[in-house]
Amino acid sequence: MSPARLRRALTAAAILGIAAILGIAAVAARAEEPPIALKDAPGHELVEGLCGACHSVDYIQMNAPFPSAATWDAEVKKMINAFGAPIEPADAKTITEYLIKNYGS
Amino acid sequence: MDRRTFLAGIGAGGLAGLPLALRAADRLVLSDELSAGTRAEAVLDALPGKRPLIKLSYRPPNYETPLAYFAEPITPNDAFFVRYHLARIPETIDAQTWRLKLGGDAIETPGELSLDDLKRFEQVELTAVCQCSGNRRGLFNPHVPGVQWGVGAMGCARWKGVRLKDVLAKAGLRKEAVELVLDGADGAVLEKTPDFVKSLPIWKALDENVLIAFEMNGAPLPHFNGFPARLVVPGWTGTYWMKHLTRLDAVSKPFDGFWMKSAYRIPKGRFPVVDRFLSQETADNTPITEMVVNTLITSPLPGQKLAARQPTTVSGIAWDGGYGIQSVEVSSDDGASWQKATLGPDVGRFAFRSWSARLPLAKPGARVILAKATNRLGASQPRELIPNPAGYHHNLVARVAVTAS
Repeated sequence: MSPARLRRALTAAAILGIAAILGIAAVAARAEEPPIALKDAPGHELVEGLCGACHSVDYIQMNAPFPSAATWDAEVKKMINAFGAPIEPADAKTITEYLIKNYGS
Repeated sequence: MDRRTFLAGIGAGGLAGLPLALRAADRLVLSDELSAGTRAEAVLDALPGKRPLIKLSYRPPNYETPLAYFAEPITPNDAFFVRYHLARIPETIDAQTWRLKLGGDAIETPGELSLDDLKRFEQVELTAVCQCSGNRRGLFNPHVPGVQWGVGAMGCARWKGVRLKDVLAKAGLRKEAVELVLDGADGAVLEKTPDFVKSLPIWKALDENVLIAFEMNGAPLPHFNGFPARLVVPGWTGTYWMKHLTRLDAVSKPFDGFWMKSAYRIPKGRFPVVDRFLSQETADNTPITEMVVNTLITSPLPGQKLAARQPTTVSGIAWDGGYGIQSVEVSSDDGASWQKATLGPDVGRFAFRSWSARLPLAKPGARVILAKATNRLGASQPRELIPNPAGYHHNLVARVAVTAS
């Protein structure tokens, strides 16, 4: 298994674990939802796994390129604080940096 | 065949049976004011039971109606926009086992109603616009994060149902009722995410025009528009039009859920609106209520080439928070002079009002056509946006850039 695939598998396993612990009701992904290609840069697997657990990641590209660093930071904090996303501080930092660098202004 | 190839196939003539105006809907027309990211991500895509609409997000599904459908003042059910906040949406709902629960501390007799029970109340039908509070958010400058809607997060339909006030009267409303809390069958993926629950001030819940609707344009509600029953709150933005209704709670204290106290708020006193939701107001902000007066130009299309030195027909629709459209004016000289449009049939004060005008395009070259509506209260459309944190109430004077030659 390549390092990238291994990381992806570990991320998926981590999310399933989180789902089991926190009681995710159901992941009602539409079977036909096409994959959305995020920019391949450090952090993109966390974004796919953790952000993508609750919503399709087209939300990210849709808002690009205008959000400032402060706006992306606020969006990630909103997902954690208001919407209860189970994201550890270190992962939140990686995700925020990924969004700022790849989809920010 | 992947989906995009399939859609390209439709574009090559698969919709030949449709009226000419609607065939334009199979071409993706996006405003160049939308962000580059939105224009890259938006595609025509068909949800089950729907025609191809402009997909902004797959999960939860947020799909807007293409411009071509607004050439008519009634929006077809299968082209009506789709908006969800949270991604756990029932794939189907069985109308036979569906129940609407009535409760709360300000109701005399809690209970539940089947669809048949509901249909035994006096049935009424009215025509009304349902518009997302954030329609046109994608056109805000500076940019406001969120679903980057263009002009199509709205539609107008004939809604048939029963009066909410009749249902509340039968259950018995106590005099201390302040708000009616609304919940639907859709919910969040995570248990910790606040469920999409809203409330209405009790005076609005008792408005004779507020319906629990089960039909739209003579057919059952489409699944993605709230089957089997949804709230219809004419004049107010779509956030109160709860889909897949499951529960109504009359309560004696203001509801303090996330979707009331933190979301769907506008700065207080900045917008020319009449209806206020006083039990939810703070010192700074207040829930969004009624829609502001607005217009959409449906013809000519953006970028269309027109003949110079002869009149061109400009047409569109206008709507407001239910006071009714008084007049629509158009301009081809950046607002230096305005000409009155002819209004189409009045199908009710909550509906889209169609309008058209013959406008001279004097000189060849790039031209901008403007349109603005005025309602019966005298409110009109601004040339500058009123900034607000969530990007609501975009009702700038409508404009379309064309070329005359």
